Amino acid sequence: PAITVLYSISFSFQQRIEIHKLRQGDNLILGFSIGGGIDQDPTQNPFSEDKTDKGIYVTRVTEGGPAEVAGLQIGDKIMQVNGWDMTMVTHDQARKRLTKRNEEVVRLLVTRQSLQKAVQQSMMS
Amino acid sequence: MSAAMDTESTYSGYSHYSGHSKKAHRQGRDRHKSPRSKDGSRSEKSVTIQTPPAEPLLGNDASRAEEGQDDNWGETTTAITGTSEHSISQEDIARISKDLEDSVGLECKRYLGLTVAAVLGLLVFLTPIAFILLPQILWRDDLEPCGTVCEGLFISVAFKLLILLIGTWALFFRQPKADIPRVFVFRALLLVLIFLFVFSYWLFYGVRILDSKDTNYQGIVQYAVSLVDALLFIHYLAIVLLELRQLQPMFTVKVVRSTDGESRYYSLGHLSIQRAALVVLENYYKDFTVYNPALLTASKSRAAKHMAGLKVYNVDGPGNNASGQSRAMIAAAARRRDSSHNELYYEEADHERRVKKRRARLVVAVEEAFTHIKRLHAEEQQKAPGEMMDPREAAQAIFPSMARALQKYLRTTRQQQYHSMESILQHLSFCITNNMTPKAFLERYLSPGPTLQYDRDRWFSKQWTLVSEEAVTSGLQDGIVFVLKCLDFSLVVNVKKIPFIKLSEEFIDPKSHKFVLRLQSETSV
Repeated sequence: PAITVLYSISFSFQQRIEIHKLRQGDNLILGFSIGGGIDQDPTQNPFSEDKTDKGIYVTRVTEGGPAEVAGLQIGDKIMQVNGWDMTMVTHDQARKRLTKRNEEVVRLLVTRQSLQKAVQQSMMS
Repeated sequence: MSAAMDTESTYSGYSHYSGHSKKAHRQGRDRHKSPRSKDGSRSEKSVTIQTPPAEPLLGNDASRAEEGQDDNWGETTTAITGTSEHSISQEDIARISKDLEDSVGLECKRYLGLTVAAVLGLLVFLTPIAFILLPQILWRDDLEPCGTVCEGLFISVAFKLLILLIGTWALFFRQPKADIPRVFVFRALLLVLIFLFVFSYWLFYGVRILDSKDTNYQGIVQYAVSLVDALLFIHYLAIVLLELRQLQPMFTVKVVRSTDGESRYYSLGHLSIQRAALVVLENYYKDFTVYNPALLTASKSRAAKHMAGLKVYNVDGPGNNASGQSRAMIAAAARRRDSSHNELYYEEADHERRVKKRRARLVVAVEEAFTHIKRLHAEEQQKAPGEMMDPREAAQAIFPSMARALQKYLRTTRQQQYHSMESILQHLSFCITNNMTPKAFLERYLSPGPTLQYDRDRWFSKQWTLVSEEAVTSGLQDGIVFVLKCLDFSLVVNVKKIPFIKLSEEFIDPKSHKFVLRLQSETSV
């Protein structure tokens, strides 16, 4: 019998994205839209694989905006914003954490299904 | 305390008061009582607004006896002043004699107005009757016979005169409730109008009918009827001018008492300043808590301490710069680090605690006292178990058990002068008679009530002066300020116009209320 050594390889499915906010008049905008939250209905989320997932997802990315430039894609799930956890927040709390007036740069930790699928496929083969 | 009072009292050179001589006696009596409870200045002039009827002179003795009882009952404050209880100073004598003169003068004015109006009214009332009767008396033989129409007109004249009489009685024959400084403009106008009107009718009558001895009796009677009709219309005008016009609220009036800042708002219509002052005073007696000079001593002592804190010495000799000195004082006072705010805070907290404790003791004592008596119903009264008492005796029986707690509470809240033992016993027997609970009995003592609730002697506010920059007969306008002064305090009245309200309409179809669940919102950031 072969000794199976099981290594626990943790692939980080996560990607770090740094967005520099763009000043538009009196506001600082990031250039994308979010959906989801613990106070929202998770079954209507088109981007989540697990329909009980109440996390924050990117639903739209404006063309040429700071988010697109930084590499954010539609359907990304935002796990952290500047170190703050976003997996268990309400929709409004998420919005507030992204739109703090005194922050010019937000560092997001996002996860992507395409990434997950790609890693899984590579594991299978 | 006496030194402070001596320096604060001032005397005016010329002061004249209105009122009956009885009021003058009470003035003198008030002055003798003043050391105990007042330290206001007595230099007010020109008292013109009075409150209704005078008390009997016997009140004098009753309050003296009350004072004696007060000595044992309430807290005593000793004060020493120049005049003793039984002497009258020179100023008092001068004032009393002036009182008599002026009271006669003002009474004359009031009665003159009333008599003029009464005479005019009688004349006006008898005029149509005179118009109808004079031809009959003077040239009866020449007159045409009075037909049916003419006799019908007699009935109409009679009833219209009756209606006019009742209407005039309802509108004008009322007890005057106040003396106001200037004449009532609208009333004077109406009197003048009526006089001119009746005069012109008489003129016409005299020239065209009496002189020419007109024989058309029906025409004369119709003339008299037209006079009565016109009088009824003038009566309608009087109602509109005197009563209806000021019913619709146009102004909001803020009344602030100068000593403790208590304020109220009232709504008034188009009134003259003097009538507005009357309305404010009528409401003052029922809305404002009674003026209690004992509550002001704390702030006065604080003010005295502030003043005494710094002294300015002029080292350089004459040629003093007065405003510079006072500015230097204010600046120094601002820089000085005093702890009077600390004192105030702890004092007030302490006082609150003490009041609450005493109130708790009082409530318990009264509740317990009320359990000692029981009302006898009619059947039980026949059996007569023990001695039956009427309410007064029952009150006297249970009073001692709560007397001490009540006295202590009143002393802590500084209300002890407002309640004598007699008044408390009366109130207690009243409450027992009407099946009131202990809480209902205590309602009068736990917090100070409006001025009307207390004995007239404790009011401190019976004669008022209206101080105004505009003429007191002019109407209210936005931004007018006038002051109602009495001896110890004043009421500052500020008039504001009620804003013009633009109200628009919006129709909402009841079927248009539709809702959807907000479960997947999308926010752009």
